[in-house]
Amino acid sequence: MSQLFISASPHIRSKNTTTRVMLDVIIALMPAVVASFLLFGGRSLLLVATSVATAVLAEFLFNLICKKENTLYDLSAVVTGILLALNVPVSLPLWQIAVGSAFAIIAVKGLFGGIGQNFANPAIAARIMMILSFGGTMSVFHYPADTVASATPLAMISGGAERMLPDTLDLFLGRYAGCIGETCSLALILGGVYLLIRKVISWHTPVAFIGTVFVGSFIFSMPPVAEILTGGLLLGAIFMATDYSTTPITKSGKLIFGFGCGLITLLIRKWGSYPEGVSFAILFMNILTPYIEKWTVSKPLGGAKK
Amino acid sequence: MKKGYLSVLINGLLKENPVFVLVLGTCPTLAMTDSATKAFGMGIAAAIVLICSNMVISALRKIIPDTVRIPCYIVVIAGFVTIVQMAMQAYMPDMYKSLGTYLALIVVNCIILGRAEMFARENGIFRSALDGIGMGLGFTIALLSMATVREILGAGSFFGIAIPFMKNYTIPFFTQAPGGFFVFGCLIAVVNVITKGKAIKKKEFGCEGCPSYAVCHVEKIAKEEQ
Repeated sequence: MSQLFISASPHIRSKNTTTRVMLDVIIALMPAVVASFLLFGGRSLLLVATSVATAVLAEFLFNLICKKENTLYDLSAVVTGILLALNVPVSLPLWQIAVGSAFAIIAVKGLFGGIGQNFANPAIAARIMMILSFGGTMSVFHYPADTVASATPLAMISGGAERMLPDTLDLFLGRYAGCIGETCSLALILGGVYLLIRKVISWHTPVAFIGTVFVGSFIFSMPPVAEILTGGLLLGAIFMATDYSTTPITKSGKLIFGFGCGLITLLIRKWGSYPEGVSFAILFMNILTPYIEKWTVSKPLGGAKK
Repeated sequence: MKKGYLSVLINGLLKENPVFVLVLGTCPTLAMTDSATKAFGMGIAAAIVLICSNMVISALRKIIPDTVRIPCYIVVIAGFVTIVQMAMQAYMPDMYKSLGTYLALIVVNCIILGRAEMFARENGIFRSALDGIGMGLGFTIALLSMATVREILGAGSFFGIAIPFMKNYTIPFFTQAPGGFFVFGCLIAVVNVITKGKAIKKKEFGCEGCPSYAVCHVEKIAKEEQ
């Protein structure tokens, strides 16, 4: 923000800087990182470290080459790195997550003008790029602390093997096959509660998102509890659908955004060729965000009618 | 003000590169650049058609009535495309198969129609031929440079020959459609940096930025005057 606006008083001085917000998000992500370590072993930490290091390096080099202000201090690259790493399976080769991480920072964020200017969530867009590119390694999921690849709960549901689902406690604690950061619902909810208390996020998007999927599962006769606890839904709803620059700022806009995400997720899970659809849903709604904002803009009190 | 023969020839290589500066013919550019072999075949085929059609259209420019010139151009271009297509089917069946529909679609390639409209109808046969060679080469170079990036990164090979180290670290994203758009955008940016944005001036965007502005605009004015 090199340009400052001049406006009439009173002014509120806030300590709420980008760095502070990003630091809060990092703190909120820590339980999930710890859970991924406990569930999937040391390699998950290696994935997180590689992803964060590449993201930070990519941000630094991009700003250097484009002669832009160095934005490392705002920590957004670290958040993107952690989020992306939490969204991959534990067996993913390290160079592939490095490619994804660099893509997130350079192609999705940097080329569109840096933080606040990107139209899509960098971690989500990079994850979709990785699903398209590394379909083989991105879809091999391991049961925690197990070397044998196994099916994710959502793959079981779409494959018609619902009776093989782990019980609800296992789903809640994350003892099933999946991406390293998406399985442990407990850790994600802890992080979400922290963000709500710190007022970093508002409840609108996650509640609308998760609620839509929960209610919709009844209608589509899918197991509702498994639908909301697995497939990265909590990770997406709490940490990715609440990104400031790619989601609506109005309250009603947030509700619409969450509802749209939930609906698209359900439709993809029910009829799409991929078993899970959270990332595609969020990316799609990211693109619609400007229209939702235009639609839900609030009228000033006493404003003249058209 | 007529430009010299040399500048007509090299105009298409970078300064008025049909793909990266004029942004014409993007359909084959995106579809045919996932491998260098395809890109080379497409580039050469389009270049041959372009040179021949430019010459013929230039030769006929005083005979073709203005009002029906586009259909006339299409007929000439389609004739040459058919010749190239048949020749390729006879002598290079593999290439013919890999180019598929896109070979026939050269008929509607904007570069060829665009050069007929913008250049051949106002210039002599020799200059039109030079323009065809330059633009054809520019098209081929653009396709090849894009295919080089996409094939090496996306498939770890070049002209179908595997590159020892790269083949273990491929990013198939680049051979897919989104990767094509991505590389296309990056290369346009690179060309813009090389030409320092002077190839097409900023103010020329909008109606005046369009390569066929001169033709289109003259007609518009003529219509308004009637």
